[in-house]
Amino acid sequence: MIFLTVGTQEPFDRLVQAVDEWAGAHDVPVFGQLGRLEAGSYKPRNFPYELFISADEFQERLESCSLLVAHAGMGSIISALTMAKPLLMMARRAALGEHRNEHQLATAARFAGRGGLHVAAEAPDVGPMIDRLLAEARQPSGAISPYAQPELIAALKDFIRGA
Amino acid sequence: MTRVLAISSTGGHWVQLNRLMPAFEGCEVHWACTSADHEARLNAAAKRLGQPVASYTAITDANRWTKAKLVKQMLEVVALLLKLRPDVIVTTGASVGYFAIRVGRLTGARTCWIDSIANGDELSLSGEKAGPHADLFLTQWPEVAKPGGPLYRGAVL
Repeated sequence: MIFLTVGTQEPFDRLVQAVDEWAGAHDVPVFGQLGRLEAGSYKPRNFPYELFISADEFQERLESCSLLVAHAGMGSIISALTMAKPLLMMARRAALGEHRNEHQLATAARFAGRGGLHVAAEAPDVGPMIDRLLAEARQPSGAISPYAQPELIAALKDFIRGA
Repeated sequence: MTRVLAISSTGGHWVQLNRLMPAFEGCEVHWACTSADHEARLNAAAKRLGQPVASYTAITDANRWTKAKLVKQMLEVVALLLKLRPDVIVTTGASVGYFAIRVGRLTGARTCWIDSIANGDELSLSGEKAGPHADLFLTQWPEVAKPGGPLYRGAVL
């Protein structure tokens, strides 16, 4: 199962369409969470989707997927790292009206290459990368700790103690 | 026992806030988020650490584009702070965290802003505004840190 999630705000047609085209040519189940679509937004023809799902359903779908495909949002990245799921992400571009600023480009660049995280620069890269990531069937690199770095925990503890 | 309020908006901010849980060891920890969805999983996570959740409050969701909701959100944060009177407030953002920092200062809390790890090039807008009012102002990227704050003391992952 591939779980596609693009956050809860603007639509992300480029990514949704790329996954839809891939899904039309493959026999792998896909589920999409597409956020707030607009009148002219692209609607998938080859996989079921919802605009919004509850946090519980998100967690269930995350746990049961073999590949997470998402916009380059921190929620998606942290979810993927925490659950040790491979993540294929593509950055929303403000220049294309997909976000309010270009911070997802920076986020994608910073996290690309980190265990299990993969970046599609453009929509045509998405399909081939899904093929590759599924084919690799790579063993996840092991779930990361569910907690922040010890240094940050210690700094916060000191602050709470009033040190 | 030190009373801590951990507060953030839902989504990535909340995921990051949850990763700070071990820092609240030995405290009375109250949680607030702009979604009611997380309570069961928060309780389970807290139980694993042996840290009971003192309370969980769902606050109206808002952002800078929804002004009316923003006002409602602020009033809910004020009410929550007057009710809880936390000693310490910790937030990872965004607008709900900004309000908690600004109002918390008036109610005598010591406050900590941890800017989201999503902001690796520059501070978030809410961090830019809230940070200077926080007693501890942190970024999760060394490149963003400055001597007068935000400081870098590690990251949530």
